[in-house]
Amino acid sequence: MVDVAVVGAGIVGAACALACARRGLSVVVLERGGLVAGTTGSGEGNLLVSDKPPGPELGLALLSLRLWREWAPELGEIELERKGGLIVTRSAAALPALSATAREQAAAGVVAEELDASAVREREPAIAPDVAGGVYYPQDMQVQPARAAAAMLAAARDLGARVLLRTPAVAVRPDGVDTPSSSVTARWVVNAAGAWAGSLGTALPVAPRRGFVMVTEPVGRLIRHKVYSAEYLDNVASDAASLQTSTVVEGTPAGTVLIGATRELVGFDPAPSHDAVRALARGAIALFPALASARAIRVYRGYRPFAPDHLPLIGPDPRVPSLLHAHGHEGAGIGLAPATGHLIAQSVVGERPDLDLAPFDPARF
Amino acid sequence: MGVCFACAGPQSPRTCVPPPAGPVDTQVPEPDVVVVGAGPGGLAAAVAAGGAGSPVAGGRLGARAGGAARLAARHPLIDRARAHPRVTFLQRHEVWSAAPGLVLRAGDRTLRPRAVVLATGGYDRVVPFPGWDLPGVVTAGGAQALAKERGIPIGRRVLVAGTGPFLLAVAASLRAVGAEVVAVVEASRLSRWLRHPRAIVGSPGRLVEAARYLRGTALWPGQRVAAVERYGSGLRALVSPMDRWVEVDAVCVGHGFTPSIELAVALGCDTRTDPRDGSLVVTVDDAQRSTVPGVLVAGEATGVGGAALAMAEGAIAGLAAAHHIGLVDDRALAGGSAPHRRRRARRLRFADALHAVYPAPDAVPPDETVLCRCERVTVGRARADVLRYGIDDVRALKLLTRVGMGMCQGRMCGRTALALLRAETGQAPDPVAFARRPFAFPVPLGTLADGGDDLA
Repeated sequence: MVDVAVVGAGIVGAACALACARRGLSVVVLERGGLVAGTTGSGEGNLLVSDKPPGPELGLALLSLRLWREWAPELGEIELERKGGLIVTRSAAALPALSATAREQAAAGVVAEELDASAVREREPAIAPDVAGGVYYPQDMQVQPARAAAAMLAAARDLGARVLLRTPAVAVRPDGVDTPSSSVTARWVVNAAGAWAGSLGTALPVAPRRGFVMVTEPVGRLIRHKVYSAEYLDNVASDAASLQTSTVVEGTPAGTVLIGATRELVGFDPAPSHDAVRALARGAIALFPALASARAIRVYRGYRPFAPDHLPLIGPDPRVPSLLHAHGHEGAGIGLAPATGHLIAQSVVGERPDLDLAPFDPARF
Repeated sequence: MGVCFACAGPQSPRTCVPPPAGPVDTQVPEPDVVVVGAGPGGLAAAVAAGGAGSPVAGGRLGARAGGAARLAARHPLIDRARAHPRVTFLQRHEVWSAAPGLVLRAGDRTLRPRAVVLATGGYDRVVPFPGWDLPGVVTAGGAQALAKERGIPIGRRVLVAGTGPFLLAVAASLRAVGAEVVAVVEASRLSRWLRHPRAIVGSPGRLVEAARYLRGTALWPGQRVAAVERYGSGLRALVSPMDRWVEVDAVCVGHGFTPSIELAVALGCDTRTDPRDGSLVVTVDDAQRSTVPGVLVAGEATGVGGAALAMAEGAIAGLAAAHHIGLVDDRALAGGSAPHRRRRARRLRFADALHAVYPAPDAVPPDETVLCRCERVTVGRARADVLRYGIDDVRALKLLTRVGMGMCQGRMCGRTALALLRAETGQAPDPVAFARRPFAFPVPLGTLADGGDDLA
């Protein structure tokens, strides 16, 4: 008998395990694949406030950014970088809408600095000459998501948690979970299975939203912030199933450039997509023309856990009260993980949560 | 040769990464058979398939026709392939990606042939040792390319080290361009040859060739380079177990070859571990057919065995490609390939003996050794992460330690990284994870962006 069985060892499961273990709870983590085998290992590691309009998700993001800074020193080398985000647009007509969003975000506690074309170029000298302006968000950060998740799991293990890899949970019971070969008795079960959250036997509307990320050879300090085009905001908020591409470009400490982001609701389709590769390349060159001669060395695929209303599911299951959900973060799971873990741990010990959980209530579906 | 990445370290020039693809010749008709690789296996395959009546396009993967074996520029096979009316050489058509359904991306063009012969060759294998990442330490193949193609010696005083008869050829090439080869440091004791008299009798010419290569150069068998460090304006290498420091300008290292199999893996072909040298190779049948219909594989990608074996396999694969698209029947395939099969059997026996005489070392080097040159990760650092995070598979190793994530995508360090995982977990990790490379070599974003909208 353990206090908490966490299903999923991605970043959200790892954060839940660590937050619970820190409160002295006994924890076991069940992971269907290997270490960082799922979405966490395929992400760019964005910790963003810039892409979130005022609302419950922004509140979660602000809490999470604070927790990232608090947790980071204990987690070792996770490449946490306060690089800042820069939203740009090549259309002067789009600038008023960008400014309006920035002012609303500022009212909700986000630091946002509006930039004209020359101010954008000052921050990003290699940016395309036709960029009309943008907004700078100094709070946006980046982390190496795989190392962050593995470090959280290791820290939880130091506190007594057990991590069982290649051990899928196939069914939830009121007193624990079943694996194919045995069962784990637990007072609480946390479903942190991300894009696979629907496979636990509970009917949930979470679906995989596929994305590709392309990586270039090291190019030095060509790109200084996380830079993305304004249509990214629309694509994140969209429900379209077909391939959507909005350009996200950023440098990493290793010198490589990460290029995203595509979104498609095509199930768990592992097939390579040349359309996606071409769209990423075109988008990146449009923002940074010098990238045309940079060579791509790798492209990889991941599945974001997509919820129909673009809000995560955090809180008790409406039918099985001992089951807590912690998934549906879509592309924001890395950023929102510490807050999610913290809120789950508060729920488990019966503490009043730091944030109103009503908007994230799984019973809404 | 394939793309060796041997010299893709931060400070070294690259001698073999293909130039960025530029405008391509769009006059080329859609070929029935595409041969990837213009080394001995690829050329033999193109000639065989063309001779059977199939329009063939031969794309090069590496830097030049002739391949890793570096066939002389006037080798009759090159002339025959060039002169063949049904064989077209596609310039600037390096195949950088492949997808199931026989879809090949070459330059900014998409090829959809009915059969593909992969003769992608291999690249130098180097077992890391402290100092292997220093400027002046290069692969044996890289040094040979520099010597034979550009006439440039990699240094004035050079040590050639590792294992295998290829080292002798490299020493000869270096001497021919004026380098002083201090010695060939050979890990094998060579007395193992006595256990393979049949191989020697079967291929006496090879030994004569070896003796000619060696003329005037010291051979130190049973020795290895244990470390290299900076010394004055050059380097010095510790040769062990003789325990002697040798001052040189350059050290050329080769421990056999690693097959290039990423295109085969991308096309969905099954692989296996070659028990002779531990390499991951493509599984093929007696007619060089992979497990994917229409994908034939010849040469090092099916098991390291040298140019003559690759030629025999290529000829069989070319015929099998023509057979696959219906140009030759079962009987013609059997009859036409019979002499090549006999040649293949003979060359295989000799290759088996070479593998036995020059076993591939697979030890995990000392902790201070750089394991991944591209990302500058030491063995000790990777080992610490493996233990701290409980890493037990290749994907986690790459993501968490960055080993194999850089320019060479694990081509140079993959084998040693697998050995490290095996040593720490007591289990054999899945080696295919290091061979999955969506891009067969680095592709400029401009090329990726230019592709026509031809793939729905």
